[in-house]
Amino acid sequence: MLRSKDLLGIKELRKEEILLLLNTARAFKEVLQRDIKKVPTLRGRTVVNLFFEPSTRTRTSFELAAKRLSTDVINFSAPTSSLVKGESLLDTALTVQALGADIVVIRHGSAGVPHMLARVLRASVINAGDGTNEHPTQALLDAFTILQHKKAIEGLKVAIVGDVLHSRVAKSNIYCLGKLGAQVRLIGPATLVLKAFEALGTEVFYSMEEGLRGVDVVMTLRLQLERQGRGYFPSTEEYFQKWGLTRERLSLASPEVLVMHPGPMNRGIEIASEVADGPESVILEQVTNGLAVRMAVMYHLEEMKKA
Amino acid sequence: MILIKDAYVIDPAQPYEGPAELLIEQGRIRQFAPKGRLRRPPKAQVVEAQGLWVLPGLIDMHTHLREPGFEHKETIKTGTLAALRGGFTTVCAMANTNPVNDNAGITEFILRKAQAEGHAKVLPVGAISKGQKGQELAEMALMKDAGCVAFSDDGHPVQSALLMRRALEYAAGLDTLVITHAEDPALSEGGVMNEGLLALRMGLRGIPAQAEAVAVFRDLALAALTGGRLHVAHVSTAEAVNLIRQGKDRGLRISAETCPHYFSLTEEAVEGYNTNAKVNPPLRTEKDLQAIREALRDGTLDVIATDHAPHAPEEKAQQFDQAPSGASGLETALALSFALVREEVLTPMQMVEKFTTNPARVLGIEPPALREGAEANLVIFDPERAWTVNPREFLSKGKNTPFEGKELQGQVVATVFRGDLRKWL
Repeated sequence: MLRSKDLLGIKELRKEEILLLLNTARAFKEVLQRDIKKVPTLRGRTVVNLFFEPSTRTRTSFELAAKRLSTDVINFSAPTSSLVKGESLLDTALTVQALGADIVVIRHGSAGVPHMLARVLRASVINAGDGTNEHPTQALLDAFTILQHKKAIEGLKVAIVGDVLHSRVAKSNIYCLGKLGAQVRLIGPATLVLKAFEALGTEVFYSMEEGLRGVDVVMTLRLQLERQGRGYFPSTEEYFQKWGLTRERLSLASPEVLVMHPGPMNRGIEIASEVADGPESVILEQVTNGLAVRMAVMYHLEEMKKA
Repeated sequence: MILIKDAYVIDPAQPYEGPAELLIEQGRIRQFAPKGRLRRPPKAQVVEAQGLWVLPGLIDMHTHLREPGFEHKETIKTGTLAALRGGFTTVCAMANTNPVNDNAGITEFILRKAQAEGHAKVLPVGAISKGQKGQELAEMALMKDAGCVAFSDDGHPVQSALLMRRALEYAAGLDTLVITHAEDPALSEGGVMNEGLLALRMGLRGIPAQAEAVAVFRDLALAALTGGRLHVAHVSTAEAVNLIRQGKDRGLRISAETCPHYFSLTEEAVEGYNTNAKVNPPLRTEKDLQAIREALRDGTLDVIATDHAPHAPEEKAQQFDQAPSGASGLETALALSFALVREEVLTPMQMVEKFTTNPARVLGIEPPALREGAEANLVIFDPERAWTVNPREFLSKGKNTPFEGKELQGQVVATVFRGDLRKWL
């Protein structure tokens, strides 16, 4: 049983809660492989997707997950709602609740917005990405994907490569993999992979050749190209030459290495196409697993409120 | 006529600390009787002050009264009433209003409004640069003639070292004070809290302590170059404290203030994305807090100022990175500072100096005093009274305090401004 009505971040979860969600996701994945991919579990409930940042993948995944559980789904996105008319965030959220939302899935460019809404709403709040803070369902689906290929996460060496500083996916993965007992390595330029991250229980490497040695999983992060102009690194050419995931570099990892990417990818910048499409890549599996994990999250939040 | 009986007086201007009785008549202190007893005049209102402290009216060197332009946050009327409630009979009104107080016309407006509606004395601080844009000097001489006591672009750090140099030079010629908001805007850009592990964990962009230190170092160097009088506002870091201490040792004409939140709270107060704890400079670490306390003790920090920065509830209800910085501080400052006395960081006399004689010296104004003939501005403080901070009881429009629910000891029970007694409890 989850302890909170909300999923705000992996930081806030205990190991047992993570394992519970991953176990349930396994059952839902089985459902998704049936002919009829829908279950009546949450019939009559309403899920509202409140997206203040453009997103196709995550929003679609939440929408489909909610539909597979037989809920009614409404999508609110910033350019089409009253958000552009200057309505405050809290007023929008309260309006959504007044419409009868049981679960509010929120993505926002500012860290802490889900926490703020969770305090005022009776509905469950699921963080679908808040600024550079967390993206908990991505970390859960990453852990789930790893578990589909490896017996356990405990003891695995996982490298996260790229712009860790600005990545909510990296943050959630650091907490999640850490709680599940993996050794997390961070690799990238020192402006984006701060030494301070070692205080979160990780090991920091500035060189791919050192960091990738013997790892069981490599997660490459999307390089946000606008960072170049902000002085975090000199050019995408230099970046790819030093930190791009190439086949040659991948050969330093364990022979059974998994390659992951939260998407969308910049091919030729953080990852070479031959790696993205190679046999080690589980990138498309991650997308499928995202559905199962999000179904598990919604299911357990509703169970929690029933109890 | 008001007779204050059996008081414990702490007056750094005389200096005097001990039992005394005071008689107030026609807005002035008519009699001051240390250790003695005054005969009760037949028509006098008697204030029994047994067990209470009587201090000269406090000065707040750093207040945002918000008028003109931001009357939804605070007005001269409500801000000065909150000041009085907190024991302040003089406040220095910062220039970041709309329009900015960057010319004598605005200065005169503020003074007229304060005369008509104010509950305490208002001393305007003029802008250093026109529109606080950091491009060209504002008309400092004319503003000084109109009544400005100091000059500051507070809220907008002066980015150009050259403009700061000119401001200090020009101010030196006018024998007036420049107050620096010490922040390197390139280093702090986009930052919303202290840089460090907590910011990393919260996914918020940090402001390094060095953003303050770099700016303090620059302005101390420019003070040395120009001979200008420099006052460093709202010091928040150990690094800045060390630089100021070194500057004073070198004999520079500098002074500095901190605010109660920097010696009472650390960055942990923002946990849970608490926008009421979002201030600029940001709340720092335990190491900084201890350094600030030590600097208050050894005199490196001359002044305790509030940086009273009221905001409307809907403004603070925004997401953390969008919410404006600042805390409503006038009504909690004295009790928070009294905690330093209880913890023996400061003596009672030292604490009162930081609110009275020291800011008066920095500003070059007559220090508030309880001697005979002086204007009757004083505060009656109960050092035993415990209370819980409830922003709904604030007289300020700004209910934004990081101290909500905190138990404090020591409360202002009455304030006298120009002979008028206001009892609060």
